[in-house]
Amino acid sequence: MSLLAVGDPLLNKVDLVTVLIVLVKTVVTFGVVLVSVLFMVWFERKIISDMQNRVGPDYAGPWGILQSLADGVKLFFKEGFLPDRADHRVYRLAPYLSAVPAFLSFAIVPVGGQITIAHRVTYLQLADPPFGILWMLCMSGVAVYGVMLAGWSSGSKYPLLGSVRASAQMVSYEAALGLSVASVVLVTGSLSTHDIVLQQAGAGIRHILPNWNIIQLALVPFVVFLIAVTAELNRPPFDLVEAESELVGGFNTEYSSIGFALFYLAEFMNTVTMSAIIVTLFLGGPSGPWYSTAPILNWALPIVYFVAKVFIFLFVYVWLRATLPRLRYDQLMDLGWKVLIPVALGWLLVIAAIRIAPNSNTSRFAYAGGAVVVAFACYFMLSRAVALGRERAAESPELGR
Amino acid sequence: MGLLDGFAVTLKKMNHSSDTGAVVTSRYPEVKRPKPERFHGRHVLNRYEDGMEKCIGCELCAGVCPARCIHVRGADNPPDAPVAPGERYGFVYEINFLRCIHCDLCVEACPTEAITESKMFEFSFTDRHDAIYTKSELVVDDEGRPRELPWEDWREGDDEETSGWMRATSPSGSATYEGRPLWSAELGYGVRPPEPPQ
Repeated sequence: MSLLAVGDPLLNKVDLVTVLIVLVKTVVTFGVVLVSVLFMVWFERKIISDMQNRVGPDYAGPWGILQSLADGVKLFFKEGFLPDRADHRVYRLAPYLSAVPAFLSFAIVPVGGQITIAHRVTYLQLADPPFGILWMLCMSGVAVYGVMLAGWSSGSKYPLLGSVRASAQMVSYEAALGLSVASVVLVTGSLSTHDIVLQQAGAGIRHILPNWNIIQLALVPFVVFLIAVTAELNRPPFDLVEAESELVGGFNTEYSSIGFALFYLAEFMNTVTMSAIIVTLFLGGPSGPWYSTAPILNWALPIVYFVAKVFIFLFVYVWLRATLPRLRYDQLMDLGWKVLIPVALGWLLVIAAIRIAPNSNTSRFAYAGGAVVVAFACYFMLSRAVALGRERAAESPELGR
Repeated sequence: MGLLDGFAVTLKKMNHSSDTGAVVTSRYPEVKRPKPERFHGRHVLNRYEDGMEKCIGCELCAGVCPARCIHVRGADNPPDAPVAPGERYGFVYEINFLRCIHCDLCVEACPTEAITESKMFEFSFTDRHDAIYTKSELVVDDEGRPRELPWEDWREGDDEETSGWMRATSPSGSATYEGRPLWSAELGYGVRPPEPPQ
């Protein structure tokens, strides 16, 4: 298990140099994430306008690439507006509750392999805590508070409706999210993101396919994770939180200036972060088909692979937004509770069964088959129980509702 | 494929040279689309070819204006230097373009076709006083063309084809006179001859 040693080798000896290196890493990560947000806003606007027969921003800088910077600067100079009936402390706090976790959850993403600074070897990731991926789940849990409190403290009805929707949606999709992460953790045997990436390195089946979790776990947890993350991010087609046609702007209606900018920042930062986490969990993070032993390429190539993979998902999010219409609220809840959670649970059961099976192909098949039977039995019993409950409620009206 | 068809559609649109992918955006400030034939823009006060103003200060336009944006005061023509033919002329003429809805009723009401609407609508003033066009700004120049104000964005031809049309000259309905411009033949810059059903 020496391969799965937890923790950054940098922290073996803590002195001034270590502190300085950590500080530099923090600042660089913060900068990279901020720039990636600016880029993502521009990228989304440009791609979606391409898909909608439009031109998109193209005045500020070459191809309009400075547009989001200009928008950001403008927002920060606008008047900060406080509604009369707002709870002003919570109202001021909420944007930070949304933006800070968005940044913090990027801290655990391994961007590349190792790098040597001042004779110290360190991972190309800000932090590698032993609880790794739980940190991401924690932070997305805290981010719900930002949205919820923003809507509640605004003292206005549309933000309140938006935030109630948001918290219900984010809480229910977090279950499916956690369950698909659980199956990744199951095959890795560690929560650390660095270990998750290491475990996916190297050649996989027949030396053709990579050893990535998307293949090892047979696609299902990946799809569940992708859908759940889209809902968790409140991105289309799950953007009921800010459904313009129903709720004005949703939870951020009463915000202006820096507050609004922070929500916007958090939304896009989360999009980038979650794309990076999907890559980490299912697509082997910085692992790629070919490595070089040249000193610079040795650490630069994995970063290139990582960024390329993240790009795919950023594009997919924009593509989803351009293509799919918004779900109705009951469809959203049905998809979360009745489809994604049972599928994720059932798949977790099957993977767990294969993991504990004795080391032979026949016993693996037997265990997996048994797990499938159990999963279906549970699903049948559950749906029967729900149907029975509905019938009884229909028979005696005082029981229902 | 049902659900996935939509993804193919949006992806295909990224190729701007395909059938459905052509960019429809017109690059507005640089390139303007041709305006509709009967577009209503800002007003102009016309003059006769000899320089006399057409406005006789009757205030009918102010009376008919539903937005109450026109302010007119008439005065007696000075006998030695008349401004308009006849007894009276428009002494004060102001239009508040923050209120004007460009309904063209003033043009309909004007007995001398002094006021018409051009196709110019692109003005962005930074001061409310600039929004109130006074008589000196509304009256056409010596060539009969509207004056361009600093905050207006004009293109070649924007001042042609004003909303004033030569009147149908057969109020009695007699077919002999239909479609023939008679007394209003010299209505000023940009006024078009009548079309058959008028």
